[in-house]
Amino acid sequence: MKKYKLLNHTADIRVAVWGKTRKELFANAVAAMFDLMVSMSGEDETKPLEEKTVKITGNDLEDTLINFLRETLYLFNGRGWLVRCCEPLELNKRSITARMQGELYNRQKNPQKTEIKAVTYHGLSINKSKNTWQAKVVFDV
Amino acid sequence: MSEIKLERIDDNRWLLPQTGGMRVPGIIYANEKIYQLLKGDESTRQVANVAHLPGIVNYSLAMPDVHWGYGFPIGGVAAFDLEGGIVSPGGVGYDINCGCRLLATNLTLDDVRDRLGNLTTTLYQQIPSGVGSTGAVKLSGKDQKKVLEDGARWAVKAGFGTAQDMETTEDGGAMEGADPEQVSARAIERGKQQLGTLGSGNHFLEIEVVQEIFDESVARIFGLSKGQINIMIHSGSRGLGYQICDDYLALMVKHAQKTGIDLPDRQLACSYLDSQRGRNYLAAMACGANYAWANRQLLMHQTQEVFEKSLHLSPRELGMRLVYDVCHNIAKIETFNIQGKMKKLCVHRKGATRAFPAGHDAVPEQYKSVGQPVLIPGDMGSGSYVLVGQEKAMQETFGSACHGAGRVMSRTQATKVSLGRSISRELADQGVLVMATSRGILREEMPEAYKNVNDVVQVMHESGIATKVARLKSLACIKG
Repeated sequence: MKKYKLLNHTADIRVAVWGKTRKELFANAVAAMFDLMVSMSGEDETKPLEEKTVKITGNDLEDTLINFLRETLYLFNGRGWLVRCCEPLELNKRSITARMQGELYNRQKNPQKTEIKAVTYHGLSINKSKNTWQAKVVFDV
Repeated sequence: MSEIKLERIDDNRWLLPQTGGMRVPGIIYANEKIYQLLKGDESTRQVANVAHLPGIVNYSLAMPDVHWGYGFPIGGVAAFDLEGGIVSPGGVGYDINCGCRLLATNLTLDDVRDRLGNLTTTLYQQIPSGVGSTGAVKLSGKDQKKVLEDGARWAVKAGFGTAQDMETTEDGGAMEGADPEQVSARAIERGKQQLGTLGSGNHFLEIEVVQEIFDESVARIFGLSKGQINIMIHSGSRGLGYQICDDYLALMVKHAQKTGIDLPDRQLACSYLDSQRGRNYLAAMACGANYAWANRQLLMHQTQEVFEKSLHLSPRELGMRLVYDVCHNIAKIETFNIQGKMKKLCVHRKGATRAFPAGHDAVPEQYKSVGQPVLIPGDMGSGSYVLVGQEKAMQETFGSACHGAGRVMSRTQATKVSLGRSISRELADQGVLVMATSRGILREEMPEAYKNVNDVVQVMHESGIATKVARLKSLACIKG
């Protein structure tokens, strides 16, 4: 299954993200965001990745997703930490606990693509159809 | 597609009738051509959404460069009553005090023609740009606090400019009411490394030549003449501003239900102007605005150094001076005549430029007889316009005009359309030298992705909001 696809938006980047479960949806949303920002190849397999656990809350599932993406974006934009792997451990409508694996960002190894300024609430939706969860998110670039 | 029906008011204005939960009608500045483009995106819906917010005065407005943003449309202007009205971080945008700064020089095209390549390469090397770039100035905690409180004035005190630069910067380069205590540790942290950086996306530094003068007497007062070399800088508050917006937006979304304000879009989350949260946001936003002014002041200083060294000129020979610096993502407390009464309002300009007329207190002394310069950059190929604010802007648009050409094509669409083309070569053929950190950004920012800036500016000119003074053509452009 495709993880995400770009949708039309005049000024910013709008994506549709999919997942078989809500956990997979959240993980794929993080993967999509990083795929838009940097060229994600070039993992050095000899070097172990650092690990962080984050716990984020929200008013509802949509809000929790946005807050989770905001936090992950901050890890990159604010801390220079490239998230390579995101594994949600616990997820309900109002909170998520996830294990992140990553490393300090190295521009040479993973060239920049688009700078994402922020994760917005605009046109935000999360829906389930048949066996697939879908979220739509707009990133400000 | 938007199903909202607009009614034509005149050649350059469309009425968005008040329906449903809208508290006021909307007005969109557009000619027939721009009106046709509106049908392709969601910006009309966004103008209507803004009209739902409490305390909105007269109209929810959109300038002719309007396009689909998040929450507020880009090119949106809305004013709120201090009593019962709101302030919305999304109505300012993530890049607080994103804006333009125009520098004039004593040089003419002949002085730089042969050295343009060298000059551009040096500017590109010396001015940090692109994703995650860091600046030459590393701030201590104490300095950073000063930057947030004093804006460009801090930069001038630190030796990056002159007192004269402050005269021709909006708000004198420092917005009142800035309180660093209201800025999160995260925002402060992100700001430490980025002062004096251009950024990425649509930010740029451009060498331009004055190609045409429309209003000789105003151009003379602005210090612009045909054939003169100018520099346009477009940048903002970088990660610090994004973080301030993000922090307050999340906070306001969290408390949205408690305020009892019915929001058609969560991105419009807001607080009442007379609430503690609303006041705290404005105090933090002012810090972001001040950071951006200090940033553009440093970018100007770096540009001046490159010009002097590359062309072997003394500061006096180069004669680089600040024509004006405007912010186009901001919320300001300003006074307007509303049905015969002078009222203080909180004017949100999201992708809109202040355009005050002759005689207004906020217009610099040297321009008071003609009005405030309004700086409108176009796409990479076409260059920029300088306009001057008119009295009509005070009556119709809360003293505001457009801020650019406005996108018409999405970034993905632009990338698709430009497949197999070399945008830098195409621009070189038009006489514009471009340097960018990635080819991708050139594709996304290709000239066709924008509306024709001539059309956009013509709407403002014919409406009498801001009138044309000069047109500048791009010679070289540095993109982040």
